[in-house]
Amino acid sequence: MSSITLSVQGLRKVIGKRTIIKDLSFELKRGEVFGFLGPNGAGKTTTIRMLVGLIKPTSGTIHICGLDIAKEFTKAMSHLGCIVENPELYPFLSGMENLRHFAVMLKGTTQARIDEVVRLVGMQERVNDKVSTYSLGMRQRLGIAQALLGKPDVLILDEPTNGLDPSGIREMRAFIRFLAEEEGLTVLVSSHLLHEIQLMCDRVAIITKGEIIRVDSVTNLLSSEERLQWRLRPFALGKSVLGSLTELLNEQEETVTTIYSEQLSGDWNRKLVEAGVSVLEMNRKLPALEDLFLELTGGESID
Amino acid sequence: MINLVQNEMTKLLGKRRFIIISVIILVLLSMFTYAQARQAETIKERLGTVDWRTELQQKIVDWQNRLSSAGQWREQLQIQIEQSQYYLDHDINPSEPGAPTFIRGFVENSAELFLPLLIMIIAVDLVSSERSMGTIKLLLTRPVSRFHILLSKYIALILSVSLVIFIFGLLSYIISAFMFGNQGWAAPVLTGFKVEGGELNISEVRLVSQWQYIIQQFGLAWFISLVVGTLSFMLSILMRSSAAGMGTMLACLIAGAILSNMVSSWTSAKYLFMVNLGLMNYVSGTAPPIEGMTLGFSLAVLAAWMLGSLVVSFAVFMRKDIY
Repeated sequence: MSSITLSVQGLRKVIGKRTIIKDLSFELKRGEVFGFLGPNGAGKTTTIRMLVGLIKPTSGTIHICGLDIAKEFTKAMSHLGCIVENPELYPFLSGMENLRHFAVMLKGTTQARIDEVVRLVGMQERVNDKVSTYSLGMRQRLGIAQALLGKPDVLILDEPTNGLDPSGIREMRAFIRFLAEEEGLTVLVSSHLLHEIQLMCDRVAIITKGEIIRVDSVTNLLSSEERLQWRLRPFALGKSVLGSLTELLNEQEETVTTIYSEQLSGDWNRKLVEAGVSVLEMNRKLPALEDLFLELTGGESID
Repeated sequence: MINLVQNEMTKLLGKRRFIIISVIILVLLSMFTYAQARQAETIKERLGTVDWRTELQQKIVDWQNRLSSAGQWREQLQIQIEQSQYYLDHDINPSEPGAPTFIRGFVENSAELFLPLLIMIIAVDLVSSERSMGTIKLLLTRPVSRFHILLSKYIALILSVSLVIFIFGLLSYIISAFMFGNQGWAAPVLTGFKVEGGELNISEVRLVSQWQYIIQQFGLAWFISLVVGTLSFMLSILMRSSAAGMGTMLACLIAGAILSNMVSSWTSAKYLFMVNLGLMNYVSGTAPPIEGMTLGFSLAVLAAWMLGSLVVSFAVFMRKDIY
């Protein structure tokens, strides 16, 4: 089987006269975590709903493991697990009953497999309680268990850390990495938090107003936008020394911002010290999502 | 497929729908049986200590005397005599009926509104509740086609209708047999009335055993409930909220009850489903709301509505975008 598990070509959705999704194309490989980054209302959820077959695209094709979801829906879906938005389960049934309910719809899923995924998400103790008594974190885990039941090749998670507490978020991140690295799944994760994507994903697509404005590896994307913030004393001297070495992007009282460079930054620091400037602080700054958008879209605002 | 239907039934059981319905039936039943028992007592008091057998015998003799001069009423009199003779032969007091007579009256009065209402409780949120809970997103992203998912839900509805009718029959039997005794299953009941040209045609009137009559009634009640259930099922797909679906369906049912009393001159109204729900009236011999309506006609109209709403249900559900 080829290493491309999810392929989207020219995906487009028109509702009424508005084009909500404009010609999206991207491909995901086996074993990678792919981030879908964009502000609220950018079209992430609509795109994901098209990927999982809840919304029919106006045009374009979606292939999961080489199967066109428009033509071979049931076959394609057997390679896919997903949680769209919140992990909604039947509150009046127990966790186990919920899993059995969905297992029935996946051919060849045994009770052993159900027990296995329950163990995988660490829900053994509460699985026989009613879902209505679960915390959001537990529902999220049960949702993941449900998505993994059919041993999917592609896992699609819409805002998986939404509503989780910090330890839950860390666990979820580690779990997603585990699935991709150890189990070889392709995981597509959407988020509106850059920080989140940065910690989980290998590659990221930045989407705004229904368009992908950039697809790149997380390291490339971030390093090209990373900044270094200097606090120098005396400030005027420090500024002129630093200014002779590189471009000064932004200055505030006592601090000045330059680009970050793995090779050069140490050098600049040494030159500053040699010139008799005390470097009180060197702060590597990741760009905020807003800044990234501003840079990538050339000042177009997010609405 | 069987597994999918099982899933749907599990969910209905999990939502305690059948328990709610059983409780409603139980409460109403006890009220009705109590009322009936009180009424029987009053009648007994009024009649005093006169033995009902002598009284009935007297009546039969009266009717027999009138037979020769009855003219066109001759046949009806004969039937009445036959019926009374049965009560006498089997030692059943006609004014002190048993469980079957109560059940017969109860089904007749419940089939048009009460039973369909109970079915609505189940049908109206079969699909819309999945949407409001958001679980439809999980349901429709399985490797199962939307057609099969909806079909499993509809089969679950048919099973539920049958189950509700069964619970209804069972509970009314248990309670009324306890209150009134279990006699009279084979008692004769008049059926076969026809209304032609505004007049009651009794040429085909015959006597059938009460149990046969009751089975027929339950069959019709099942059909009425299934039709109303199917229409509610469609509304459950078309409307996001169960409350809106419930309201619409309720308005239709009540409109039907009102319309039936006033549409006699608006003849095309006979194609509306709600005017045709009074199937019981054909069997018991009440005049239909619009002239020319027969049992067969009403069954055909209801079947057409049911088929139509099924087509709409599947067509919409299979194409719908889920947001």
